Amino acid sequence: MRVNVTVNGEQRQADDVWEGESLLFMLRERLGLPGSKNACEQGECGSCTVYLDNVPVCACLVAAGQAQDRSVRTVEGLAEGDQLDPVQEAFVEAGAVQCGFCTPGLVVQAHDLLDRVPNPSDPEIREALAGNLCRCTGYEKILDAVRLAASRR
Amino acid sequence: MTLTPAELTSAVSGGIGTSPQRPDGNLKVRGEFAYASDLWHEDMIWGATLRSPHPYARITSVDITEALKVPGVYAVLTADDVPGRNLYGLEHKDQPVLAVDVVRYQGEPIALVGADHPETALRAMKKIVVTYEVLEPVVDMETAVDDTPLHPGGNLVRHVPIRRGSQDVTAEVVVTGRYEVGMQDQAFLGPESGLAVPASDGSVDLYIATQWLHVDRDQIAAALGLPQEQVRLTLSGVGGAFGGREDLSMQVHACLLALHTGKPVKMVYNREESFYGHVHRHPAVLYYEHGADHTGKLVYVRTRMYLDGGAYASSTPAVVANAATLGVGPYEVDNVTVDAYGVYTNNPPCGAMRGFGAVQAGFAYESQMDKLAEALGMSPVDVRVRNAMTEGSVMPTGQVVDSAAPVAQLLKLVQDKPLPAGTSSDIRELPGGVSNTTHGEGVVRRVGYAVGIKNICFSEGYDDYSTARVRVSMVNGSLSAAVHTAACEVGQGLVTIMQQIVRTELGIERVTVLPMDTTIGNGGSTSASRQTYVTGGAVKAACALVRDKLAGRTDIGDEVIDETTEWRHRATEAIDPVTGQGNAHVQYGFAAHRAVVDVDVDLGLVRVVALDCAQDVGKALNPQAVVGQIQGGSAQGLGLAVMEEIQTSGGKVRNPSFTDYLIPTVLDMPPMSIDVLELADPHAPYGIRGVGEPPTISSTPAIVAAIRAATGLALTRVPVRPEHLTGT
Ligand code: FES
Ligand code: FES
Repeated sequence: MRVNVTVNGEQRQADDVWEGESLLFMLRERLGLPGSKNACEQGECGSCTVYLDNVPVCACLVAAGQAQDRSVRTVEGLAEGDQLDPVQEAFVEAGAVQCGFCTPGLVVQAHDLLDRVPNPSDPEIREALAGNLCRCTGYEKILDAVRLAASRR
Repeated sequence: MTLTPAELTSAVSGGIGTSPQRPDGNLKVRGEFAYASDLWHEDMIWGATLRSPHPYARITSVDITEALKVPGVYAVLTADDVPGRNLYGLEHKDQPVLAVDVVRYQGEPIALVGADHPETALRAMKKIVVTYEVLEPVVDMETAVDDTPLHPGGNLVRHVPIRRGSQDVTAEVVVTGRYEVGMQDQAFLGPESGLAVPASDGSVDLYIATQWLHVDRDQIAAALGLPQEQVRLTLSGVGGAFGGREDLSMQVHACLLALHTGKPVKMVYNREESFYGHVHRHPAVLYYEHGADHTGKLVYVRTRMYLDGGAYASSTPAVVANAATLGVGPYEVDNVTVDAYGVYTNNPPCGAMRGFGAVQAGFAYESQMDKLAEALGMSPVDVRVRNAMTEGSVMPTGQVVDSAAPVAQLLKLVQDKPLPAGTSSDIRELPGGVSNTTHGEGVVRRVGYAVGIKNICFSEGYDDYSTARVRVSMVNGSLSAAVHTAACEVGQGLVTIMQQIVRTELGIERVTVLPMDTTIGNGGSTSASRQTYVTGGAVKAACALVRDKLAGRTDIGDEVIDETTEWRHRATEAIDPVTGQGNAHVQYGFAAHRAVVDVDVDLGLVRVVALDCAQDVGKALNPQAVVGQIQGGSAQGLGLAVMEEIQTSGGKVRNPSFTDYLIPTVLDMPPMSIDVLELADPHAPYGIRGVGEPPTISSTPAIVAAIRAATGLALTRVPVRPEHLTGT
């Protein structure tokens, strides 16, 4: 099957997509956008989080075909050229990135949180990020990063 | 995307003792850092692995005929297609690349498929017909040695005895216990993956996420029957490791398929396969007896411990040695009897995980110290301080601890930290969280303490070294340096540390970290908390050679100064096979935790409210990264305390997914306040002490101690589950 989808503002087309293929597979393997990660491929880790029509979703749980004629924004679409988004900048500065495999999903999720709630409380941050696993940091510096980004936006 | 990772350059100030940004940080937050699972090659095909559904069975036949007929399939390979030695292993070569005649664990690889799409490969895999004669698995680590032998030499992998002082001394106060530690998984987020690219001359390039390029290469070359120089490895982005990438997973498989088909082959495990695809932390059963006088001074410790190595040896021998030699903890004890046994069973193979043998012993000896405190009517901190080792103390192996051992100080630091405010009224901060199970009724808050000890670097006489190359030339009118090693960056931040060392040693701000690969000599393993120590030492030594040639110049024109050197830490010794005596370890690391825990005693739900840690790191080369390691290690200890276990039944894994194997989320983790001590070790580069592992040891027993205090239950097994608290 053929899928037409807007990704990071660009009209894209993927051919020979299998019925069972996920949006995540299509992004990573057919559209050359491996930034969204594949830590579980079963909706448990949040590493594949992308915006689908401005709502964060686990791309591994969305069939590629469901993205037809819709708009997807991935971690690769957050920065403006060389200028990182404040959330991205804060993650690097705060030491919230170790192996970084959780980072793309967390950055998208935190980006969405700060769009909705400009000055979130700690319990609000924890609730918003509860679906994103990180195995390296123990989350303290991820919280620091979100607080820092909130203070700058 | 190119397969060779980006060179990482930063031109900032930031020598040792500061926290400059990671050179790979921008790539990682932009989603542009190339992990092994992101690699792509023109014409590449996908590999898949057929695995045994049985923990123990004889293979009576393998028929690949139908699988080969599936359109899109390029190859189906079995043990007959392994051209070299079909056995590998870190310490004993006992594990087949592809099974021959028998499978010894559920998930053991039997055949490989290479196909044009991962789905094609899976469909073809289902058409391979294997017939089995199912055998009764050996699953009990305590009786395994007398059970059906699974390997030619029997089921004992290693017995480490330690005999120190009197073996029959008695004491006024005696406490005994039997403790169990469940099987923990490293659960790194980046799945096992890599891309093998065959060359026309019969050699192969492998782009891979691993912890030790050279030992991978040597094992791959032996299995492929190729000289080592025909197997070239380059480190791709690694999504965490924690010990789980020390053993081979898909490395040989991808190379076999690539050489067989002449095509680049990508293999990526999904999460379920990842649970079968790497070794886990050894589950353990530990019997302890502690004797003390009425002042709380330990008179003796006697222990017998079993560590379940599962089907293959992996690093079991070294894990057993750690459990034994560190088995009394960071305490002075004159009379010690230890018997530690590592055994084969048909459970999943177990090997390295952060803490490596010290975690299992740590849960048991710290539980015993709490029991002793209770028997004596002392506080848990006082009984520990009463016995705390210091610099100059003697280990059960007879080794004298010859640098800082601030055990009492670390305990006091966590004891003196402010306590969190009282039990919250926000349900999000109570046990059960938004499940809305309590508004505070039935919730009991208590505090627990623990302290632990870990050996840093490789032990028992291993020639543990690293190789570093530093090149200096002029770029845009200024000196610029590049550093090249084969030491694996797995997330911990070695790339940053190497840049910092070069800046400090050479005064050059612009430093490039070159891709890590096997074109340079061995960098040793990214394990045993050793890379900053050993590879850091090598980079420092290479800088010293460069500095001599620079001779103070800031302009070297067209000259290129390029120096490579090996650096090794001071030698260690094998331990005596009968008495366990010997200078086995290079360095010891210590951390202490205080856990504050709310327990809903009616429902058995637990919420850790605070988990504070104090650790001596000798010298914090990068304070931000040090704290990150301590917090991350503490989190893994929390996981073992209250949620993480690979559950097996009859050798079969019951929960190979993140739905059923839970790791801490941001809702499970409390704030963690960290105190870092910097008591330099005169034997180590810059005085550093390895950081990564110690916090994983004391975090678990501190949390369990608090739960015990809240419930009054004995709690001799981790992870502690709600049913252990409610008795249902
Ligand atoms: S990869 Fe989609 S949630 Fe884990
Ligand atoms: S930084 Fe490694 S999983 Fe989060």
